[in-house]
Amino acid sequence: MIRRVLVANRGEIARRVFRTCRELGIETVAVFSDADAEAPFVREADAAVRLPGNAPADTYLRGDLVVAAARQAGADAIHPGYGFLSERADFAALVEESGIRWIGPPAEAIASMGSKVDAKKLMADAGVPVLEQLDPSAVTRADVPVLVKASAGGGGRGMRVVRDLADLPTALAEARAEAESAFGDPTVFCERYLETGRHIEMQVLSDRHGGVWVFTERDCSVQRRHQKVVEESPSPVVGDDLRRRLAASAQRATETIGYVGAGTVEFLVTASDEYFFLEMNTRLQVEHPVTELVHGVDLVERQLVVAEGARLEGEPPPPSGHAIEVRLYAEDPAADWLPQSGTLHRFAIDGPVRVDSGVEAGSEVGVHYDAMLAKVVAQAPTRAAAARTLAGTLVRADMQGVLTNRDLLVRILRDREFLAGRADTSYLGGARLTELARPLADPADRPIAALAAALADAERRRRDSGLLPGVPAAWRNVSSQQQTRRFLIGGTEVVASYSCVRDRLVAEGVDVVSVEPDLVVLDVAGVRRRLPISRQADGVWVGVGADQVRLRPVPRFADPAAQVAAGSMLAAMPGTVVDVRVAEGEPVARGDVLIVVEAMKMQHTVHAPDDGVVTVLAVAAGEQVAAGAVIAVVTPADPGGQS
Amino acid sequence: MSNRAAMLDKLDALAAEHAKAVAGGGEKYVERHRKRGKLLVRERIELLLDQDAPFLELSPLAGWGSDYAVGASVVTGIGVVEGVECMVIGNDPTVRGGASNPWTLKKVARAAQIAAENQLVTINLVESGGADLPSQKDIFIPGGAMFRNLTRASAARTPTIALVFGNSTAGGAYVPGMSDYVVMVKERAKVFLGGPPLVKMATGEESDDESLGGAEMHARTSGLADYLAVDEQDALRVGRRIVARLNWRRAGPAPRPGFVDPVLDADGLLDVVPEDLKQPFDPREVILRVVDGGDEPFDEFKPLYGPSLVTGWARLHGYPIGILANAQGVLFSAESQKAAQFIQLANQVDTPLLFLHNTTGYMVGAEYEQGGIIKHGAQMINAVSNSAVPHLSVMMGASYGAGNYGMCGRAYDPRFLFTWPSAKAAVMGPAQLAGVLSIVARQAAEAKGQPYDEAGDAQMRAYVEQQIEEQSLPFFLSGMVYDDGVIDPRDTRTVLGICLSVVHNAPVRGADGFGVFRM
Repeated sequence: MIRRVLVANRGEIARRVFRTCRELGIETVAVFSDADAEAPFVREADAAVRLPGNAPADTYLRGDLVVAAARQAGADAIHPGYGFLSERADFAALVEESGIRWIGPPAEAIASMGSKVDAKKLMADAGVPVLEQLDPSAVTRADVPVLVKASAGGGGRGMRVVRDLADLPTALAEARAEAESAFGDPTVFCERYLETGRHIEMQVLSDRHGGVWVFTERDCSVQRRHQKVVEESPSPVVGDDLRRRLAASAQRATETIGYVGAGTVEFLVTASDEYFFLEMNTRLQVEHPVTELVHGVDLVERQLVVAEGARLEGEPPPPSGHAIEVRLYAEDPAADWLPQSGTLHRFAIDGPVRVDSGVEAGSEVGVHYDAMLAKVVAQAPTRAAAARTLAGTLVRADMQGVLTNRDLLVRILRDREFLAGRADTSYLGGARLTELARPLADPADRPIAALAAALADAERRRRDSGLLPGVPAAWRNVSSQQQTRRFLIGGTEVVASYSCVRDRLVAEGVDVVSVEPDLVVLDVAGVRRRLPISRQADGVWVGVGADQVRLRPVPRFADPAAQVAAGSMLAAMPGTVVDVRVAEGEPVARGDVLIVVEAMKMQHTVHAPDDGVVTVLAVAAGEQVAAGAVIAVVTPADPGGQS
Repeated sequence: MSNRAAMLDKLDALAAEHAKAVAGGGEKYVERHRKRGKLLVRERIELLLDQDAPFLELSPLAGWGSDYAVGASVVTGIGVVEGVECMVIGNDPTVRGGASNPWTLKKVARAAQIAAENQLVTINLVESGGADLPSQKDIFIPGGAMFRNLTRASAARTPTIALVFGNSTAGGAYVPGMSDYVVMVKERAKVFLGGPPLVKMATGEESDDESLGGAEMHARTSGLADYLAVDEQDALRVGRRIVARLNWRRAGPAPRPGFVDPVLDADGLLDVVPEDLKQPFDPREVILRVVDGGDEPFDEFKPLYGPSLVTGWARLHGYPIGILANAQGVLFSAESQKAAQFIQLANQVDTPLLFLHNTTGYMVGAEYEQGGIIKHGAQMINAVSNSAVPHLSVMMGASYGAGNYGMCGRAYDPRFLFTWPSAKAAVMGPAQLAGVLSIVARQAAEAKGQPYDEAGDAQMRAYVEQQIEEQSLPFFLSGMVYDDGVIDPRDTRTVLGICLSVVHNAPVRGADGFGVFRM
């Protein structure tokens, strides 16, 4: 029997595994990087071992350190979670060799699926349909679009779609670099890219005695940049016949490689119910909760008992109803999914849903790891009911401090196309994405938020000032003008105007009902609006209906000495400089790549804003940059050509 | 018309007069000023003040009824800058280039007096074409006090700051010249004793504005400017930074925190004063709407003695005050003696005094003269005159005759004096004054044995009555800078709260002795 499990992972999956361990009476051990020292999963573990450093390569990817930690903490089993070391055959082997129980498939099974190239061959031989693999050097115009994939990859990392043959070399180079950085293996391959299709996957579970459970399918078609956003079970497009065929293929795949434990066989399904094997993930998936809810099973519990040698009897518990999971990310869908970081001032998702989260109110969302904050899962008798419950819960979620994709998720869950079951892998793109990425908040509410922030601040200042606390804020005996406050909401400046009439604050177009430093009540067009306000280091936050609007006060005065020079390029987000392609004094043309910054596994290139000369180069490769920092200045060339 | 309706009418009229002051030199000149990329004086003040801090504008109606613009081409007031209550004086350059007329001088002198008595930092926002030359005879000689006051303020350890936005020439150059800190706006400030034409006339030298008085020159060469601001906003920013570094400490005691709203609603103040001031009203109705609430908001002193004057103790915004308020208009011997005693008690315990005026004066008539009303009135005036605690006066209704003196009228130097729109002040009531003139004229006619012109008498009485009535009204008095402003009665608590806070910048200490009380 397993007595003490070390989870070689972090965040929500570590908490998820710990939860089941606690239910089973198994003790828990966490490993943590320096950035995660205060994280909830560390606090919740019975014991925790520090992995010095922050970069995954120094911490969560260091199999030797993890095994040493397990020894140190007296763990007799290691659960890898997903990502990090979960699909490293060498790590599985190392664990097994060191006499610690490995909660996962045998190293050989991982190895056989670890190379996507080899895996496809294996599956094709076993009679599982696969997409033909293309040699990157032999791709022709007739083959495009093609998908460049990292052989060792997963989670969309190292993937590139190439629609124009001319883009292939760049895509290959970028994919190799990303694959190298994420998986330590730069091998990439190409395959035909199906622009539309459904991503359908089958959860399997095998014991050591040849028993295999195949669960009903999950549909993970709603993806952005090949990363899943919404996952559900069952799929709205898979009929009984296709389901049987998929299950049979999944079973064959599992048996072919002598698989043990929980795994997922992923397929791409076309509109004509053709399907192709994509890959097999030899681990628990992020989206496993939808299967758990539909089947009423605890997959982590099953993993543990299978690892202990138990048999899987008969069939899995039968499915019932429908479950939908959404991944809540700290990112800006409207700005090319730019990852967001900062302090999560408030975080509470309450409702008839399952929330698997790695964060809590007060958590720092950093730049080192995946930006997923939580998975929120709803189950209901029907798909529509599950979607409505989930959307309703997300709308009421109390989150503040870091921009999330919450609004996008809500819009998807309420979208007619999605509800009709027509969302395929191309769903989140183009004009629809623009539409879905719109904030839920009505832009017309921005002035309301700004006014509420200004009024609340006025009242707070009055109370806090030791001087004249009994005098109404902004009081004037001779009124000459409105008081104004300027705020930035996103990049937009919003001006709030108000004045004091004798003993109360008033503003045009609204009735000011009451003003407290943390709550303003306004009547706007006959509707009473309660606007809670909180002040954080990163701005003033105003709750406007479902939304938390962050307002950054614009200083009344700008110190002329502190102005930023024109042509300055600022870091759009915190990250690490991975490449600097210019030197100070070098002439550049508009659009030239100057600097590459990597943050949260995505590479962002900084281009020259104009023709000119690099007059300031403030960073070097390997340096960390903070959001908003000037990284370089390009002084534009004289347009007239004189100098 | 109800008391309320009458008061609201008067408040509308007050708002209209204030609007005239705010309008400055009118649309055309405001537009021209803005086109030069300049801020209006009140916009400058708004930016200078702490966000959301109050501003008590003083003498906004100065010059009312004169040939000059209402407001007298200058804005003065007390506002909070970097947490410090400052006297702010800003020229309004849209009114004849911000030139000073006799009313400007009076208004600025009053501001300087308030700054001196209450030990306030002074900030001048300078942009003035100097003296209004046609009225130089009323300005030149007394106007020197403006510069004297600045350096005396400095000597009294109350810093003076000049932010120069534009013209500050000839005599005006001594405003920055006499200030402790000077900020000049680049390419805007112009500070010289004599401009190019005058220099040419005096010495034949050819020169230009910049070399004679530009901001850059003063910042880099003459050293008159301590700071060079890139624009108006920057000047205000620098001005705020200067105040932030003054390490300002208030010398008076702090208020008791945690005070509560009055027990009665301020809105009711609109109903209190009868339109006909012949009808007395109970000042407790006012006191309980103005002072801090609580279980014992007002402890009356000597309630059974001299009931025509209410005296007692209260707090306002946490500051202790003694209050003297007229109840039935007339002051008799008992009221006078009660007042004299009460003022001494307040001085004994360093408590500021508030005078609420509604008096028709000291009682006249043989019985009262024989009872010593002059002696007793003199005791009250002695006490008021020599009292050293801060006095605040509010003229609610009548303030006639020597009653105005006893209740700490303008000549008795209250730290602040504000007027309600319902107030009237004069040597006596208009009808009485006209009647007195009529009686005197009739007696003169009779003595000469001439027939008395009854028709002429009626005409004269009507004329005098009207003239005195007009001259006893708040706008007129405020125009003469005989008060610090006309206020909405509902603002009384706020105004007095600011005043009490302001007076506590200086030490609060009662008198050590009084004049000889005639017994």
